[in-house]
Amino acid sequence: MVNIDLRPFQTANRSPAGDTFEAEHWPARPENVTRPVEPTAIAVDNLSLWYGTKQALTTVSLEIPINKVTALIGPSGCGKSTLLRSINRMNDLIAGVRTTGTVRYHGLDIYAKEVDPVEVRRRIGMVFQKPNPFPKSIYDNVAFGARVNGYRGDMGKLVEDCLRRAALWEEVKDDLGKSGLALSGGQQQRLCIARAMANQPDVILMDEPCSALDPIATLKIEDLMRELVQDYTIIIVTHNMQQAARVSDYTAFMLTDATTTGQLIEYGRTEEMFTNPRDRRTEDYISGRFG
Amino acid sequence: MATAEHAPLGRPTSLRATGRVALRQAMSRSAAWLLLAATLSGLLVLAYLAYDVIQLGGSRVFHNFPDFFTTYPSRFELRAGIRSPILGTLWVLGLTIVMTIPIAVGTAIWLEEFAPRNRLTSALRLNISNLAGVPSIIYGILGLAVFARAFGLGGTVLTGALTLSLMILPMTVIAAAEAIRQVPPSIRDASLALGATKWQTVWSHVLPGAIPGIMTGIILAVSRAAGETAALIMIGAYAFVAFDPASVNDAFTVLPIQIYEWTLRPGETFKGEAAAAIIVAMVFILSLNLMAVLIRERFRQR
Repeated sequence: MVNIDLRPFQTANRSPAGDTFEAEHWPARPENVTRPVEPTAIAVDNLSLWYGTKQALTTVSLEIPINKVTALIGPSGCGKSTLLRSINRMNDLIAGVRTTGTVRYHGLDIYAKEVDPVEVRRRIGMVFQKPNPFPKSIYDNVAFGARVNGYRGDMGKLVEDCLRRAALWEEVKDDLGKSGLALSGGQQQRLCIARAMANQPDVILMDEPCSALDPIATLKIEDLMRELVQDYTIIIVTHNMQQAARVSDYTAFMLTDATTTGQLIEYGRTEEMFTNPRDRRTEDYISGRFG
Repeated sequence: MATAEHAPLGRPTSLRATGRVALRQAMSRSAAWLLLAATLSGLLVLAYLAYDVIQLGGSRVFHNFPDFFTTYPSRFELRAGIRSPILGTLWVLGLTIVMTIPIAVGTAIWLEEFAPRNRLTSALRLNISNLAGVPSIIYGILGLAVFARAFGLGGTVLTGALTLSLMILPMTVIAAAEAIRQVPPSIRDASLALGATKWQTVWSHVLPGAIPGIMTGIILAVSRAAGETAALIMIGAYAFVAFDPASVNDAFTVLPIQIYEWTLRPGETFKGEAAAAIIVAMVFILSLNLMAVLIRERFRQR
């Protein structure tokens, strides 16, 4: 957990004195959370999450638009990965997790009693921080998700299609039988993206997908994201503010401070947030004063 | 600011070890010798035993080869063979393996992947570890009371295999659970995030990754069962069997019991037979262990 004392970072154009105390200790003020004009894919409403007795998210509310890249940024421990993993119920796998509030996916609350997390996860794909291909062939890596979900169509065509979309087909088409682990890190990550697409999800979550990659592989993944966003809703957690600025349409800034863990500070269109942040803490973070 | 005693050491005139450095290095070197001595003391005793056994029984193994392997035990020296003990060993071990694998692997998967983490299951885990340390004679008594008497199975191959299964279950469960735990969590995450169920994840990714560890554990446990004597004597495995066990309901004997029986004979008689049977048993167990190593190496290369 990060305790950030913002007092040393006084800036010239900060908000008028008098309302700073409140701003520093309360989650996002409603006026700092933009409501996207596009239709909503995921609506997070008043979401709080605890690992045992430790709170990780505090009353987060935001709407993530369809066919856009939304970036979650913030310093370590701010809850951005937790928020991401609560969108496809991956947090369920950790013992002692408790949530309040709702996450709506096309209007359906994924935390409702009758919801099966397996059904949620096959519709909301995920790519992890460290490329984690299965120790199987490239073909089997992509086909696995479709197989377990009972895909009945032409598997070879599906695998090719996914690998093409992930911009990996040309590099691997001649040895689909090769182990996924034999690929380079960047190729492995694109394989993981192809694998996630084989389930035909409409939302893909990416948890710092480039943090283990070199700059060139990173660039490829970023290009791919811009390509894919025409068909998918992408939510990406990133440490790298330049990356958020380059790839995302919307950005959510999260922060853990002395009193509140995992709060949303500001959410809006990326270029607005990076050129004209509304909260002083957002400004301090994106101008590199901490984090 | 550096105080006098924390000042830099200054320019050295020589870099040979002196004073405390020399002393520490001397201790390090003598530790290496002591550790070598510890290793050798075990090895030398074993080497002497092997030498002794080979001297006593080496010629007997090849006397009228392969008579020693194809004839039944007998009252007459040089005519007695280990046909029925070998067959008994193969029967019992085969059945033990078949019964142990599904139960041990099933238990390990449940404990590692499905069981809730609460007091009851941690007590269960602790108890499995404890059971691995229970002397084999206790399992023999249990086998006698439950399988041989209560179930009325008598001193048969089935009773022997059930008893040995029970004896090696804790070990195999622990080894399999350990192997399952070694499968990186990122693989499980990847599978579950694709909408696979827990069982699909276990079947397609966790088990294949854990197989080398599970196999190694099972083979090592089986080689312990192969050398087991006390538990089988307890359930009433015959020491003199002059027929081939043909079903799981037949009486049997195994190599270690035959060795025990021959060494009990007074005087010098049957010493050669006992030593020869020990050689066969050692080679058998050694090849089981070798198999475990080979399996591990083969899967590791992937």
